Amino acid sequence: MATMDVAPQGTGGQLGRKRIVNDMSIQVATVNGSGSQSSNTVLLRAIFQMGVPISGKNLFPSNIAGLPTWYTIRANKDGYIGRKKEIDFLVAMNAETARDDVMSLAPGASVLYDEPLALDKLRNDLVFYSVPYDKLVATVCPEAKLRKLVKNMVYVGVVAQLLEIEMGEVEKAIRKQFAKKVKAANLNLAAAQAGFDYANGSLEKRGIFYIERMNKTAGKIIVDGNSAAALGCVFAGCTVVTWYPITPSSSLVETMIEYMKEYRIGPDGKATFAIVQAEDELAAIGMVIGAGWAGARSMTATAGPGISLMAEFSGLAYYAEIPGVIWDIQRVGPSTGLPTRTSQGDMLSTAFLSHGDTKNIMLIPCSAAECFSMASEAFNLAEQFQTLVFVMSDLDLGMNNWMSDPFEYPTTPIKRGKVLSREELEKLGGFARYKDLDGDGVGYRTLPGTDHPAAAYFTRGSGHNDKSNYSERPDDYEQNMERLNRKFETARSFVPRPEIHHGDQGKSKIGIIAYGTSHWGIIESRDQLRNEYAIETDYLRLRAYPFTREVHDFIEQHERVYVVEQNRDAQMLSLLKLDLKPELTTRLRSISHLDGLPLDARSVTDELSTMEGK
Amino acid sequence: MATTPAEPRAPEQRTNRIGLTVIDYKGGKTTLCAGCGHNAISERIIEAMYDMGVKPERVVKLSGIGCSSKSPAYFMNRSHSFNSVHGRMPSVATGAMLANRNLIALGVSGDGDTASIGIGQFVHLMRRNLPVIYIIEDNGVYGLTKGQFSATADLGSKLKSGVINDLPPIDTCGLAIELGATFVGRSFSGDKRQLSTLLKAAIAHHGTVMLDVVSPCVTFNDHEGSTKSYKYVKDHEETLQEMSFVPHFEEIDVEYDPGTTVSVTMHDGSRLQLRKLEEDYDPTDRIAAMKRLSEAHDAGEVLTGLFYVNTKAPTLIDLLNMIDQPLATLPESITRPSREVLEAAMEELR
Repeated sequence: MATMDVAPQGTGGQLGRKRIVNDMSIQVATVNGSGSQSSNTVLLRAIFQMGVPISGKNLFPSNIAGLPTWYTIRANKDGYIGRKKEIDFLVAMNAETARDDVMSLAPGASVLYDEPLALDKLRNDLVFYSVPYDKLVATVCPEAKLRKLVKNMVYVGVVAQLLEIEMGEVEKAIRKQFAKKVKAANLNLAAAQAGFDYANGSLEKRGIFYIERMNKTAGKIIVDGNSAAALGCVFAGCTVVTWYPITPSSSLVETMIEYMKEYRIGPDGKATFAIVQAEDELAAIGMVIGAGWAGARSMTATAGPGISLMAEFSGLAYYAEIPGVIWDIQRVGPSTGLPTRTSQGDMLSTAFLSHGDTKNIMLIPCSAAECFSMASEAFNLAEQFQTLVFVMSDLDLGMNNWMSDPFEYPTTPIKRGKVLSREELEKLGGFARYKDLDGDGVGYRTLPGTDHPAAAYFTRGSGHNDKSNYSERPDDYEQNMERLNRKFETARSFVPRPEIHHGDQGKSKIGIIAYGTSHWGIIESRDQLRNEYAIETDYLRLRAYPFTREVHDFIEQHERVYVVEQNRDAQMLSLLKLDLKPELTTRLRSISHLDGLPLDARSVTDELSTMEGK
Repeated sequence: MATTPAEPRAPEQRTNRIGLTVIDYKGGKTTLCAGCGHNAISERIIEAMYDMGVKPERVVKLSGIGCSSKSPAYFMNRSHSFNSVHGRMPSVATGAMLANRNLIALGVSGDGDTASIGIGQFVHLMRRNLPVIYIIEDNGVYGLTKGQFSATADLGSKLKSGVINDLPPIDTCGLAIELGATFVGRSFSGDKRQLSTLLKAAIAHHGTVMLDVVSPCVTFNDHEGSTKSYKYVKDHEETLQEMSFVPHFEEIDVEYDPGTTVSVTMHDGSRLQLRKLEEDYDPTDRIAAMKRLSEAHDAGEVLTGLFYVNTKAPTLIDLLNMIDQPLATLPESITRPSREVLEAAMEELR
């Protein structure tokens, strides 16, 4: 056939026999601003609807239009939805990167390309499929202006045909994607069908990759972490949101605005929330603190550069003891860094954000479901401990599409912490704001506006005594700082506990500690280590700082503990060292992942097995 | 007590319309220098709040860092107060008002806290028209760090050390008017009557009040050659209007001549009468206000009075269309949607 290209050599003989089912990465290389997001979502959903576990990761530039973008869909029957390094099926739509994209593939991979790109001459160990997109799209879309938009839907049909994705599912996904625009849905469906029909009539399937129906996605949802966090905050009873746009956190608040409008407007048409776009991150956190002081459940969302700007104010919140929730959707630093790439590079600076002795509570979600549930936990902890709580998400979690179990309705009630009412003040006669009456380091506060002559106190970031009066007395200062430390120690027993996974054959001598999105690479890597190297590991996933008792126990129980993280300087390992008995610190080893891409299992497996002498 | 015969009450036992004495509006003992203009401003605040019968528990005092920002400790102890970080009180005030729209926010800042480190938050506060009374206690120098120039120091003004300021000042009033503040004036800490009247009208106003109060620093900026000294201000003060204020709760009909007096009806029904000392000055005309301020600069005048007022503009709180109750204390039944709502959200994501 004219469009079937050179038969792959070397692997060609085996291709006929080998079938790889529900285990592949499909990468679509395009330029940003070309509208490929809808096509990619449709492809992702169609596979998901066939019951195959998936994830979708967008690798995009810090740019609005015209630069290379790659979208990678991973389908995996075993439920591994972390990033896979190798690409099995490339959809090459971008002339600028096509050559590099093709050259980086492993032998045996398939390439679908736009006919004029003529990529088939580049290699002879790949399967090439050529598609005359312009010709196909012209037949289904008479209006020339719209062709650019629907061109991308053609490859969805071609891929569906080649991988045996059911067109019924493609149609369902298109209808969902264009739910409110029937005309657009029909046009896109025609484009996908044209691609399918073309592949059916003109392409000979030579690749080895197939999607087959299975049942691993029933009831599940597809969502990005930022939307999950937004929904979590809506259900956490958040009332004040102040923010300054910054990638990759902006979509958290933008989605939250939509959810709030939908779910938090009362019957009288009045909002039960306030959302204000601030002039910068300093103002955003200042408003969070002002609102938290006055009793609202207040929050902001930001990324590393914003965290840096918030340093001074966060010290005020620590010292004056004001609740608030800060979402840090981490991206690559230092400085502007790589604004559209993922990282866990803010752990150390956030833990001690601000000058003087400060320590902050951090929660670390690894999944969309945790973004949802930790929202409620974060607000409860912030008000219980009268301090800022930082939720350390990242770009991979926040902006990419994840398959998830549906979120569970919060079971814990909204806890407002130690706030004295007018009636309680009447009984007590007065109060001392920072007096540790309960031995947990947490004092009682009153809210501005409390209608009692003894309610007021003077909040300050300067030295103060129990009654919040100005004080430079050495003993007042020291006692206050010790109490703040006591409060932080109390928090250890209240923050989310780590999740511990033991190896199949009982307890191993080797432990792995990781957190956040590294989780997805780790669970796959542990299986690789077991299957390929007979290395059995136990795994502890951190979910919070300060560390709970279990973390110490885990390290105590293992001879070697690999701390895997997505930063250069082993930031979490450093935090662990500060917390551990000195003799335990030598057990820690660092595996660091630093390229701005989501952690993949193979990198961990390679490094850990090497360090284990295998 | 019913058994004791009624005696004429001492001033501190007199009560206002909500039954409080002036003592109920007092603060701690000042630690500022004797003669500091800021102390006089604190006194005027106490008077105005007392006279207006404002419940102290409804007031929040907010400040940044500096001598001025310490002063909220010296008035109204029955009000919550927040001495925050340098130049960033506006954002804290904004947050507090979002949390509880029923509060009355009183921000006290200085010229360094506002016009230098705080200029970013200041301009955005002004353009949001947040309901807040923002007072700059303006002495042209940093007091707490011992007398460096601030950005409101006039061109040619001299420091004690002899250093001459060679940069033009930022006019916080002109800036506030341009950006959207809806009640803007300048006064002098030594002008009891004018400052009290402006403060009472400020309390009656709905929106951002920006009052620049020249308040000489007796320690670092009250010498010959300074343009913020008592003597200089007294010699160069030009007053736009003679003011009187009739609060909404007083049933007094004041006769005035519309040819010579402008009467402004405030949001709460109070009336501010402005007897024009300058013909044709209209405090509702933004452009005219900015022009007059610019002329005052050129003439080396310290122009005081109410420069601009707009009682109609929506505030940030109005624009947010919030529920009437404070957000801060809404119960879970209002702030956490139901199980069914979550299920519906999940269905959309399937």
